[in-house]
Amino acid sequence: MFGSKRHVPTPTPDTAHFWEGTRNGELRLQRCKECKETYFPPRPFCPACHSRDVEVFASSGKATLYSYVIAERPAPGFETPYSIAVVELEEGPRMMTNIVDCPQTPEALELDMALEVKFEELTDEITVPLFKPEGGQA
Amino acid sequence: MNYTGTAIVGAAESTEMGKIADLTMLGINLDAGINAIKDAGLTPADIDGVACAGVSPVEVSWALGIVPKWLDGTIVGGCSFMLHVRHAAAAIAAGHCSTVLITHGESGRSRVGFLGFGGAGRFSNYTDQFEAPYGIWGPPTTFTIPALRWMKNYGITEEQLAMVAVVQREWAAMHPRASYRDPITVDDVLNSKIIAYPFRKLMCCLVTDGGGALVLTSADRAKDFPNKPVYVIGTGESSETPMVSQMDDFNYSRAFRTSGALAFAEAGITTDDVDHLMTYDAFAHTPLFALEALGFTGQGEAAAFVAERNTAPGGKLPMNTNGGGLSYMHSGMYGMYALQESVRQLRGISPSQVDGVEISVAHGVGGMFAAAGTTIMTNREP
Ligand SMILES: [Zn+2]
Repeated sequence: MFGSKRHVPTPTPDTAHFWEGTRNGELRLQRCKECKETYFPPRPFCPACHSRDVEVFASSGKATLYSYVIAERPAPGFETPYSIAVVELEEGPRMMTNIVDCPQTPEALELDMALEVKFEELTDEITVPLFKPEGGQA
Repeated sequence: MNYTGTAIVGAAESTEMGKIADLTMLGINLDAGINAIKDAGLTPADIDGVACAGVSPVEVSWALGIVPKWLDGTIVGGCSFMLHVRHAAAAIAAGHCSTVLITHGESGRSRVGFLGFGGAGRFSNYTDQFEAPYGIWGPPTTFTIPALRWMKNYGITEEQLAMVAVVQREWAAMHPRASYRDPITVDDVLNSKIIAYPFRKLMCCLVTDGGGALVLTSADRAKDFPNKPVYVIGTGESSETPMVSQMDDFNYSRAFRTSGALAFAEAGITTDDVDHLMTYDAFAHTPLFALEALGFTGQGEAAAFVAERNTAPGGKLPMNTNGGGLSYMHSGMYGMYALQESVRQLRGISPSQVDGVEISVAHGVGGMFAAAGTTIMTNREP
């Protein structure tokens, strides 16, 4: 569904584990071993207590729809209409994504609907996490 | 009411506005700066502090023949100029300089010497990796994302959002320099082209060329200038997150709340004391977030407040009386035009002049709810 010109992110050392995870079908988050804060996006310091003692773990990939817009003008590599959404992961953090495998309409995209992660390979190095209605088509 | 000890003694917009084909971004900064220095009855030799956003204060000082003792190149988006006013007030109080020029100019439409909106030519590492891959193409697809959550939470309708644009067009009709002046209806807004659901074209700001500049000095000198002084009484600033997806909560802006509370506390006033309000309207929901965060309405009540015409001509809280970014102009960093209209209202010279304005608030946003700045001003003498 995506053309070749879709924006491809450039990983940095502090985010490498995230992109390694998506390549392997895991949506990885970080958790502070001192204060137990779970956070995203990746960084080597806990945003709550500044501890450097943080671990990487695989999230459940389950989320709910927090908010979105439906773009009616395309970014490179996209066909309109397409949703640009923010989802709330079961573990707490939120992330931007696209909701796929459902009509891109306000009626189909209901706030708080249950979602699950779906991985989309852009290049050999980069796979992005998208979300689809939970239990929907594969 | 408290005073910061600083006053705005010069204020002007760029000579042309809308489409300026023959000036670069720097050139528009200089054009506006020259106009503001003239408005204050000063010469370059009188200016010893320079602040600007997106272009370098070194460039502006050099090009205008100013020998600066103080420079501020703070750029946090469209509210940068509210931050400059705050920083300038502190610098003047500290004796670091005596007379500050703050300039803004952008070639948002013509893109002459364009350096990117808000001076940002590229994505940050985080935006590149965690927002850009999802088809964002600028503020209409990012600034707008919190709106649906907030609308659902408080039962806000698209008709109410549309009323923001309708009411502001009524103000714009009185301003000869406004880009759009013809009246519009809620139906016009809801039938305008869909850009990013739930936002329609007439709920989104303009893209134009223009600039503006201010001259500030210590309040005890303010009466020596040709125009009615505007005293700075309260200032605030804050930031939240460079990525809209990482806001604390989509029902409010933390940066708005922090900045607004600082400014009202410094001024020693409440929202009841405010006669006139300018709130940065990049999109129809932005001024509503400001009304709620600054405490002019309760949380979730701003949409009804505007739809009931409280901010319209004749209403109890005249707001965005130049027509705002939706109708007046929007070069990219609109905050300067909000400050200019506050100054005009306090001088009593706005084409949409409201009777008896003594206290005006200008509140700006930077980035996509990334930052905020608040300036409270009065024409009452200390
Ligand atoms: Zn921690």
